[in-house]
Amino acid sequence: MLTKRIIACLDVNAGRVVKGVQFVDLVDAGDPAELAARHAASGADEIVLLDITATHEGRGTLLETVQRTARRLFVPFTVGGGIRTADDAAAVFDAGADKVSINSAALARPELIGEIGSKFGAQAVIVAIDVRRGASGDPIRNAEVYVAGGRKPTGRRAVEWAREAEERGAGEILLTSMDADGTRAGFDCKLTAAVSDAVQIPVIASGGAGNARHFTQVFREGKADAALAASIFHFGIHDVRALKEELLRDGIPVRLPC
Amino acid sequence: MIAVVDYKAGNLTSVMKAVRTAGADLGVEPVLTDDPAVVLLSGKIILPGVGHFAATQFLEKHGLKAAIREKIAAGVPFLGICVGLQWLFAGSTEAPECAGLCALPELCDRFAPGRKVPHVGWNSLSLRPGSRLFAGIPDGSFVYFTHSYRAPLTNATVAVTEYGEPFSAAVECGNIMGVQFHPEKSAETGLRLLRNFLELPPC
Repeated sequence: MLTKRIIACLDVNAGRVVKGVQFVDLVDAGDPAELAARHAASGADEIVLLDITATHEGRGTLLETVQRTARRLFVPFTVGGGIRTADDAAAVFDAGADKVSINSAALARPELIGEIGSKFGAQAVIVAIDVRRGASGDPIRNAEVYVAGGRKPTGRRAVEWAREAEERGAGEILLTSMDADGTRAGFDCKLTAAVSDAVQIPVIASGGAGNARHFTQVFREGKADAALAASIFHFGIHDVRALKEELLRDGIPVRLPC
Repeated sequence: MIAVVDYKAGNLTSVMKAVRTAGADLGVEPVLTDDPAVVLLSGKIILPGVGHFAATQFLEKHGLKAAIREKIAAGVPFLGICVGLQWLFAGSTEAPECAGLCALPELCDRFAPGRKVPHVGWNSLSLRPGSRLFAGIPDGSFVYFTHSYRAPLTNATVAVTEYGEPFSAAVECGNIMGVQFHPEKSAETGLRLLRNFLELPPC
């Protein structure tokens, strides 16, 4: 049976893993290569490394960090941040990534999705969407996409952009609720379900993970195919294996033993 | 020498790294090549691949298909990964104009509608006995998949996976082997499988 994936995310700033609350107030959480290896050993199904300030500061992805992190990983490894062209993506793949996550650059120039996909396969392209619920009207239907690490509103609706990303050849959607991010109060299941229902490709839910119950909820009510978390793993609040054991008891199919 | 055939279909960094790691103490040094002459000198062949079946046309155009066919006939162990497994068959409805190797007569086809495609993530293997590739790997082990087309069940199927329907997660017929999943991304299970392949006696 296809299992639900638990993805450990490393938000990287200047070569170090950091964690913020609602995209600000960064706290140091350690070395990316070391943390990635530790998460994989404790049962993470995938590792995502996001260079969170790359777009903002206008510099390229930290290839050296990617290389060092990939060296010890034998689970899928995604890298995002500052990838603006198919050449940028190629450099990240050469450094050892299996997939790239693109966000601001895909919104600025949606053709980028197809350009990377046609060269490296759709499975290698994740479109990351950072979303805030709509302030007026239906909060899900009007949920708005933000770019540049959550700094800039785009005026685009989340569900529509997810659908366009799929049409343009994205292999997966990484959906982050900015309202929930860093709160540890649970994923935005309604938002996740709306996006998951709108597309045929897998949806990774992100933002708000605090305990095992939140994961169960986002897999059931949120119809997520995978769920991503950062801080709850880094600070050892919850190791991945213990989380998976709880999920299995809840009847969620997960990769265990791992 | 182990030839990892590069037919310009996606990135092979992960495959090379996994083969090196799996064979570290065997003195294995995989060679990434698109040269039929190198393939003809190899003692084992790995054909990775992600993406579209049409990419396999490169093999025919550049003389790699003939070289691989010759080596397989001579008994050299061959491992196809993902599209590399599908290429062992007659072809795929993904690119009807491209012929596969035809080592297995069936056709690959898209997953039936009704679930999300591509099939992405960790799924379990139901193993059939007698496989050399899966020696020491427990039944029910999880491996990482990412694909939209799948090979049907055949007499050569040695591992079955379910995604709405059962399909061939692995085939093995003498020295011809293929896996639909990505051993290079399947943690310890994948490294063990690569190790099993590397330990097969060369021809």
